Amino acid sequence: MLWEALFLQLGYNATLVTLGACFLGVAAGVTGTFLFLRKRALVSDAISHATLPGVALAFIVMVTFGGDGRHLIGLLLGSAASAGIGLLCVSWLTRYTRLAEDAAIGAVLSVFFGFGIVLLTIIQSMSAGRQAGLEGFLLGSTAGMLWSDAIVILIGGLATLALVLAFRRPMSLVAFDPEFAAANGMNVARIDLLIMGLAMAVTVVGLKIVGLILIVAMLIIPPVTARFWTDRTDHVSLISGIVGGVSGYVGAGLSASAPNVPTGPIIVLVSFALFCVALFFAPNRGVLAAVLRHFRFQHRVHMRQGLLALAQGQPIYEKLTLRLLQRAGLARPDGVATEAGRARAAKALRDEKRWEVVRADQAFEGAAALYDGLREIETVLTQDQITEIDHRIGGPAGVPT
Amino acid sequence: MSLELAANQGTAPIADQVDDSPLAIRGMTVSYGQKPVVFSVDMTVTQGAMTAIVGPNGAGKSTLLKAALGIVKPLSGQSMIYGQSLKSQRHRIAYVPQRASVDWDFPTRVIDVVLMGLYRELGLLRRIRPRHHDKAMACLDRVGMTDFAERQIGQLSGGQQQRVFLARALAQEADLYLLDEPFAGVDAATEKAIISVLKGLRDEGKTVVAVHHDLSTVNEYFDRVFMINTRKIAEGSVAEAFTAANLEKTYGGRLVTGQIDQLDLAAG
Amino acid sequence: MNGAEFVPLSLPPLLIGVFAAIACALPGNFLVLRKQALIGDAISHVVLPGIVVAFLITGSVSTWPMMIGAAGASIIAVVLIEAIRRLGRIEPGAAMGVAFTAMFAAGVLLLEQSDTSSVHLDVEHALYGNLESLIWLDALGWQSLWDPVALAGLPPELIRMSATLVAVSAFVWIFWRPLKISTFDEGFARTLGMRTNLLGLALVAVAAIAAVAAFDAVGSIIVIAMFICPPAAARLMTNRLEAQIMWSIVFATLSAVLGYLAAGFGPQMLGFSNAVSAAGMIATVSGLILALTAVFGPCRKRLGAPAV
Repeated sequence: MLWEALFLQLGYNATLVTLGACFLGVAAGVTGTFLFLRKRALVSDAISHATLPGVALAFIVMVTFGGDGRHLIGLLLGSAASAGIGLLCVSWLTRYTRLAEDAAIGAVLSVFFGFGIVLLTIIQSMSAGRQAGLEGFLLGSTAGMLWSDAIVILIGGLATLALVLAFRRPMSLVAFDPEFAAANGMNVARIDLLIMGLAMAVTVVGLKIVGLILIVAMLIIPPVTARFWTDRTDHVSLISGIVGGVSGYVGAGLSASAPNVPTGPIIVLVSFALFCVALFFAPNRGVLAAVLRHFRFQHRVHMRQGLLALAQGQPIYEKLTLRLLQRAGLARPDGVATEAGRARAAKALRDEKRWEVVRADQAFEGAAALYDGLREIETVLTQDQITEIDHRIGGPAGVPT
Repeated sequence: MSLELAANQGTAPIADQVDDSPLAIRGMTVSYGQKPVVFSVDMTVTQGAMTAIVGPNGAGKSTLLKAALGIVKPLSGQSMIYGQSLKSQRHRIAYVPQRASVDWDFPTRVIDVVLMGLYRELGLLRRIRPRHHDKAMACLDRVGMTDFAERQIGQLSGGQQQRVFLARALAQEADLYLLDEPFAGVDAATEKAIISVLKGLRDEGKTVVAVHHDLSTVNEYFDRVFMINTRKIAEGSVAEAFTAANLEKTYGGRLVTGQIDQLDLAAG
Repeated sequence: MNGAEFVPLSLPPLLIGVFAAIACALPGNFLVLRKQALIGDAISHVVLPGIVVAFLITGSVSTWPMMIGAAGASIIAVVLIEAIRRLGRIEPGAAMGVAFTAMFAAGVLLLEQSDTSSVHLDVEHALYGNLESLIWLDALGWQSLWDPVALAGLPPELIRMSATLVAVSAFVWIFWRPLKISTFDEGFARTLGMRTNLLGLALVAVAAIAAVAAFDAVGSIIVIAMFICPPAAARLMTNRLEAQIMWSIVFATLSAVLGYLAAGFGPQMLGFSNAVSAAGMIATVSGLILALTAVFGPCRKRLGAPAV
């Protein structure tokens, strides 16, 4: 079943939906990167929860005017309208009251959701509403989907992706360096609006597949995952798009292959699994790398402090320092330097002196800026420069170089 | 010169210096991420004096204070208060954070902030009695802010906010006062008021340490100076340590020679 | 409406609604002031996986395993959020977004895959609760309030919610000064020897306990409205923390009572036969109150500069 789903052999509708989810995943990953870099990731949480009253109202309106309440395009238009109102509320509250954005987001998402639930219960009591199946919009459901709905999702996913790709340049400029963008005559506010608009589009298209509660994960998890893999901000959106696309594709496929599995949670969990891989194994920011680096760094600090203490004949208080010196064969258990230890300590003290000269001299300003107490002076200056500095310090003065 | 100084200190028995010092810092290293902001710094504060901590932006002045007080966790090193552990001597310390470190929109009044200084006395549940209130008002009086007691703190000017913070520290009735940039962004009148309160404290035999930015007032305001740029550069009386040579070491190329000339320096 | 109808059918849900709203609003005040309002969002989402795992382990829906499961899930979430934030140098909002959506998704999936037909636990219930179902069948009227036999049949949710409210209030009362001082000036609080990290974690744990207890009644998303809306509205009414807490209690009570009544009797007045979701209505009313204070509140504008 699973392999059939992943290779698109589960029937026409499932194939369309899986492809749609994949396109949507890419679009969400890329859009989410811009939101994330603008530090507004959770605004999308308010947007997505705020779609619920719109869906419900659209249903009620369509039924009232004698139409089919489940017409997907109608429902999506309704959701877009109320998401827009929710977004306006968030920005109004943050701009015109003392409330911070987090409080505004929380208030809007919960109140709109609550109101949406009220409308859902009204729909349930309407004669046409019993089979409405609007609950599917909460957590996403692609089971028993109409062919026309699958087409809407596929086209919606493609269209969103096309829009994201078309506006990729100006959005990345604003997200990576808003001041530079503004200086180049770009309208930052309008592009921010565009980013929000695209987040809204992703949300609306994703409603049926992922559901409004979890769609926010598609906008947040891929960029955060990507951020772990790379420090180059322009690579973030690329990796994020890939993570989003894979999650959408695999998640929708898995969901189609097993009964009674809501699509939204599966897609979210697939992307979270990708995130976990990054969290642990990413080369620079991953847990493993960080733990190793922290120990190495702490050891360097203790070694250096220990050497300086040895050079100046000061007692060493920290047990870790002593242990490290001992292990490197630089000190005896009682804290007295060995032969090798004395030489290394003298070199450390000498380097300190050299750094002092470097930092007091304007000519070395560039090198001095790199000083952090640990950096080896040889990595910053040439041998000639060091010789010149030694000259200024004035002879070895009993300290070997 | 700092190295020689450090080396000399190293030969003296450490306990002697630590015993009577209100604040002794040994081997303090603090890093944010992979970059040490403070590296292996020793500091011995002199009892009954006013000490300025000076150094360029980002040189670790505030971080050193925060690490000494356990507000940030150092990578290595320790601080002793009157020769004992920080934990057992907290009641003898009053700390005045940077004004900009808190949200002044917080819903509270001036008098409530000063009463926070009485927390040790009040504990979790003890009621605020008239004598506590009177004490808080007396502290506000020392900084000239009694008229503002009932004001919401957001309505204060920068200088007034700084005075309220100082009043809170006074309410703690400490022996050692540590201030983080008390003169940053305050008006001239406030600066005068604050310095006179601090000098009053010193004259009562208390110890004052302040992170200080304005080199031109070091001579006038302080007795001792501690110069830092990630590493300790110099420590001593203003006359000894606040020299052109040390300033150059501390600020490197960042301080133009002309500026140094304008400072009223002791002969270095 | 007479006592014979009101006491068994409306009094318990009304009380549970009011207690839940207050129990969430109390810690909510501090969350809003600490700019951690969305921690409330995260906690309320992770309560679901906590409860589901507790159910899968014990096989029953009983108070203690649920409380422990939910509190454990909140702590896992907080740890995960911190780890993501620090390791990846990721802004807290995005870190939260990763943690709580993943945990919520896991909870939903576990719930869908496990056999919960025997117990009162399903996805919709988890999302928006079922306040109306919490009735007191043993009550015959007002006199039942003094009848020990009838009182024994009170819905357990009411007892749980009352106990939670007492516990939450006690926490806020006892730790009032440390909470206030550390929320305003954390560095200063630490120099007083306060364990501010621990206190922050305790605040999250208390909020989690309130969220679990309220979960039955109003579900995991409307709890967020109770955490945020009354304190946010109260923030716009006053410049004193003590008064803000009082206002938030008033607004929480008002939301619960008006919301419950509007849900139960509003549709009847408009000619519909069925009632609408009480939890949803409570959230809606709390939002309306916030909207009113945002437009007319005497202290709706910022005074001081924000912290850097």
